[in-house]
Amino acid sequence: MIELEGLTKRYGEKVAVNNLTFTVRRGIVTGFLGPNGAGKSTTMRMVLGLDRPTAGDVRIDGRHYDHLHDPLKYIGALLDAKAMHGGRSAFNHLLCLAQSNGIPKSRVHEVLDTVGLTAVAKKKAKGFSLGMGQRLGIAGALLGDPRILMFDEPVNGLDPEGIHWMRNLMKSLAAQGRTVFVSSHLMSEMALTADHLVVIGQGRLLADTSMADFIEQNSRSYVRIRTPQRERLLDVLHGAGTTVVERGNGTLEADGGKAELIGELAARHQIVLHELSPQQASLEEAFMRLTAESVEYHAHSETPPAGPWGAEWRRS
Amino acid sequence: MSTPQPPMPQAGPAWQAAPGSSYPTYTSPIPVVRTHLGHALASEWTKIRSVRSTMWTLGVFVLLVVGIGLLTGALVGSSGSELQGENPLAMGFFGLLLGTMCLITLGVLTTASEYGTGMIRTTMTACPSRGRVLAAKAIVFFAVAFVVTLTASVFVALVQIPLLEGTGAKDPSGEEWLKGTVGVSLYLALLGLLSLVVGSIIRHSAGAITIMIGTVLAPLVIALFMFSESLEDVRQALFEYSIPNQLSVFYSNSLTQTGPSGWDPLWIILGATAAAFAAAYALLEKRDV
Repeated sequence: MIELEGLTKRYGEKVAVNNLTFTVRRGIVTGFLGPNGAGKSTTMRMVLGLDRPTAGDVRIDGRHYDHLHDPLKYIGALLDAKAMHGGRSAFNHLLCLAQSNGIPKSRVHEVLDTVGLTAVAKKKAKGFSLGMGQRLGIAGALLGDPRILMFDEPVNGLDPEGIHWMRNLMKSLAAQGRTVFVSSHLMSEMALTADHLVVIGQGRLLADTSMADFIEQNSRSYVRIRTPQRERLLDVLHGAGTTVVERGNGTLEADGGKAELIGELAARHQIVLHELSPQQASLEEAFMRLTAESVEYHAHSETPPAGPWGAEWRRS
Repeated sequence: MSTPQPPMPQAGPAWQAAPGSSYPTYTSPIPVVRTHLGHALASEWTKIRSVRSTMWTLGVFVLLVVGIGLLTGALVGSSGSELQGENPLAMGFFGLLLGTMCLITLGVLTTASEYGTGMIRTTMTACPSRGRVLAAKAIVFFAVAFVVTLTASVFVALVQIPLLEGTGAKDPSGEEWLKGTVGVSLYLALLGLLSLVVGSIIRHSAGAITIMIGTVLAPLVIALFMFSESLEDVRQALFEYSIPNQLSVFYSNSLTQTGPSGWDPLWIILGATAAAFAAAYALLEKRDV
């Protein structure tokens, strides 16, 4: 279990992580989502005691990271796949980590086998592809057989086969009763792996919800309708018990309605339809809506983002 | 299959119900060990022996010390009696002086290269006690540097003395032996350790190596060009306390008559290294990794 309480990190004027409070619970995969520069990696570095928080506190099973006597057996982390000396072989890289925590050498062979790097164990890490480097980093995280695992963007640079492997690995780790905390900037990826979701933007907590709730709230299906006889259609649909939301420029959105039924209903009442299309709001869209105002590095866009959230941080 | 079974998985993971949670907690079959400095030392030893830069820097160091030492011995030995009453061990000085570059490089790389590669984050995650990491690196490096320098300097001395027999060089006394082997080795290993500590402060290999080479050479070079009368005292001090001159004090043939003598250079570098170590430790605790 990882508990964050009012965790804050400031670099001079810039606030990288702003008063984060949430708990990563055991036995499930918790997705840590946010656009680039949202403060995900900074948060993870603070969990590991690498960066000192400006304010607030983070505890692992109730203890500070630097009070853990054998940290690798508590928590295994993959922050940056390149965080290793390129001139050292995969085996020696893992061996020096194992020795620092009193983990037996035999375990090094085991994790190399788990991630499928046994054949290149004696090869230097600098010759590794991004995917192989990522696997070596994961081997390092698994070394102490820890009860908490933390991965920062683990599928970055992996090929489809590697992504599939990573997903299954995370699920099986969580199924064994371990805490899995994984960051990503891809909602679609999280939808496939995470049970719980923590979303941050500009260092602030935007959502802390179960994946199921998030999907239920955000992936609504609806039917988009355009008609010159708006009033009549509204009456008919209300009569049929369908909830209709009015959007701008004469568009109606019928929640949960079936396009076929609405079409038949309109035909029976001789209402002209200009458009009748079933729509599904993707999770990616929901995520983008949620974080739109907090994206730090905008690509060029015509209209500046607006909204209560964006207005707030721009003022401060 | 009759090999003793390591205390590892294969057997299913142990499960236990966690209070207050619907999920069981994972409990690893790996025995829990309370880690200490010994673990960090083993880890740092694996690190230093498993990269090629260690083999290269130490290989070149031994080559310089032994090669130049034997060359000097052979040249001086064949030139007649010009070392009347001198300490023959002093002929090992030139190789060791050049060799300092290698020890400086290795010392800096031991700490700074981890910052360059990002390995430091992995290291500090595995061992959150930052002081322990720095101490382990310092101990392992110092031991390696001292043993290698001592072996090389003793070997050179043993070969040089017969080579210099015809030059009238005296038989070195016990203290001269001690200073010319153990003394210089301690001095050079401490100079390398100072480089390691500077590497930890600067966190950049090229920058730290430049600073250390500057520290070794700059005072002597600057002093060479101080012609002004009024700077005579400064010039004298720069000469006397320059690292090459301090190294030569171990063979009791300093460039000057005043300044450090006897074992003084060792105490000077020990003080400087201790002060730098304290600064590096304070910075390590304060800064983000």
